[in-house]
Amino acid sequence: MNDAAMMAPVAEPAVAPMDDEPRAQPDLLHGSILYLDGITVSFDGFRALNQLDLYIERGELRCIIGANGAGKSTMMDVVTGKTRPDQGQALFDRNIDLLSLTEPEIVKAGIGRKFQKPTVFEQLPVFVNLELAMKADKGVFATLRARLSGEQRDRIDETLATIGLADFRDVHAGALSHGQKQWLEIGMLLMQEPQLMLIDEPAAGMTHQETERTAELLVSLAGHRSVVVVEHDMEFVRSIARRVTVLHEGRVLAEGDMDTVQNNPNVIEVYLGS
Amino acid sequence: MFASVTTRPSPSDIAVIGSLGLIAVLVPVLNLLPAPDSLLHVSTFTVTLLGKYLCYALLALSVDLVWGFCGILSLGHGAFFALGGYAMGMYLMRQIGDRGVYGNALLPDFMVFLNWQELPWYWWGSSSFPFAMLLVVAVPGVLALVFGWFAFRSRVTGVYLSIITQAMTYALLLAFFRNDMGFGGNNGLTDFKEILGFDLQADGTRLALLVLTAAALGMAYVVCRAICASRYGRVVVAIRDAEDRVRFLGYRVDHFKVWIFTFSAVLAGIAGALYVPQVGIINPSEFSPLNSIEVVVWVAIGGRGSLYGAILGAVLVNFAKTQFTGLLPEAWLFILGALFVLVTLYFPRGIVGVRQVGVAR
Repeated sequence: MNDAAMMAPVAEPAVAPMDDEPRAQPDLLHGSILYLDGITVSFDGFRALNQLDLYIERGELRCIIGANGAGKSTMMDVVTGKTRPDQGQALFDRNIDLLSLTEPEIVKAGIGRKFQKPTVFEQLPVFVNLELAMKADKGVFATLRARLSGEQRDRIDETLATIGLADFRDVHAGALSHGQKQWLEIGMLLMQEPQLMLIDEPAAGMTHQETERTAELLVSLAGHRSVVVVEHDMEFVRSIARRVTVLHEGRVLAEGDMDTVQNNPNVIEVYLGS
Repeated sequence: MFASVTTRPSPSDIAVIGSLGLIAVLVPVLNLLPAPDSLLHVSTFTVTLLGKYLCYALLALSVDLVWGFCGILSLGHGAFFALGGYAMGMYLMRQIGDRGVYGNALLPDFMVFLNWQELPWYWWGSSSFPFAMLLVVAVPGVLALVFGWFAFRSRVTGVYLSIITQAMTYALLLAFFRNDMGFGGNNGLTDFKEILGFDLQADGTRLALLVLTAAALGMAYVVCRAICASRYGRVVVAIRDAEDRVRFLGYRVDHFKVWIFTFSAVLAGIAGALYVPQVGIINPSEFSPLNSIEVVVWVAIGGRGSLYGAILGAVLVNFAKTQFTGLLPEAWLFILGALFVLVTLYFPRGIVGVRQVGVAR
């Protein structure tokens, strides 16, 4: 892609008037890894996302919270190409137009997603789960001939250590506990070497220790890459997030650090009021 | 070529290849050497029966590859089998030459009967054995490629896919019943005399066909094993268990499905081509939806998701069928149905699963 192509779509919102609260980042061109502008998605007249604007910085760990139906999952569906928005713009890594890419192309561009319900390949060993997730040529004929190099093997073992499953290398993923499956999923995400990781409710259904361990893991992952976490558990969010975005009825209701957000009158009204 | 060539053969691999090798060596010896009234003698009838079972086993293997490993429940694989059979049948028809009832050197009997003056274009080249073999592979392959391309790209899965595969074989059944199709209509293709100049009724030819079938099954098994052990095979299993997840890992799920479906259809076509010279006839009833469902039952009984289970299931069920249809012809379908229900309820992993449980204990 040439410079003109990458400048053109992004330059426009920088000069566009900002209607409500000021956006934190005026430096869109250089800081953002993900840029959603005016995304609207309707299902049978119901607006799951309503003119959603969201910017994620490079290396950031961002938490997104919101009640059921606030549009969190739909937002992730749009970013990963599962759902096509009716309007709006979604740019990744400054110049990649996500809306023109298919799901596998988006993965290749560097966006990985962990689903709410852990879906690992239960009939396959933990090691193979990671092998399949590994960044590699994923064409039919390439996979038919693929062999693991020593280096790739080491990378898988490294990831196994990061997610704390080194002792479960050859165990079928179906035999893992719920928390372990979640970590395996995060490990599979890591194997794709994504620039942006979308993680849906990582702490759901976990024990207290597992939750703590997950928080540590996520904090350690940010920095090299950007991590977006959707979560209900406020304690968990408080323990990991520097920046929190509150979604409500398909739009951003508030954004800022945890304390600012919790004291925001709009948030208090939506969560506690009426 | 495949990553798994380096992996060591499992006991089941040795059992499959060993038994096929044994059949290929022992059956011809026992058919040719002992006197016909000797206990050791294997009759030519048994030779042909065995050959038939092995063709069915190859067909079951192809169904297991898509159903057991990729989760695509095809209820139309009988169509690919029949198309391979028809491609072979066309060649065998042309081999008859002027020895048909009407003595026409160019046209098969049924065309003369229909007052056709010349060979339809799709029969061109059918007198050439290599070209016929190309058709055996290409016709089922191309049909599966086109069918799979549309079905898998539109993400048709589960029961909907099963229904359209069933519709496909039913449509072909109706088409091949028509005399205008130019494939002998209701009667199909039969009265074959020779293959490559060898008399189809001769013991030697029958033995050679059995040995060839055993070899084809053995090779197909080895290739299927290699595919399943490669990363491609793991992706395919992953698709079976969590298709969306595979897509999010960046694999083109539709491509993986199309290729395994096509490869499987080619195997089914080869099975059909080996079947026809041994049974001596191919007619539209091979497209019957029931046939395709029966294959699925063999695989379920033998052990879905295990290649040797599919082979075992096809051979055992067909052996039982031969026995029971001799004793109690009316009861066979009830027995088959009951077997299927019992296996699905109590042994979801089939005969192979029972054995594995036994080993685990």
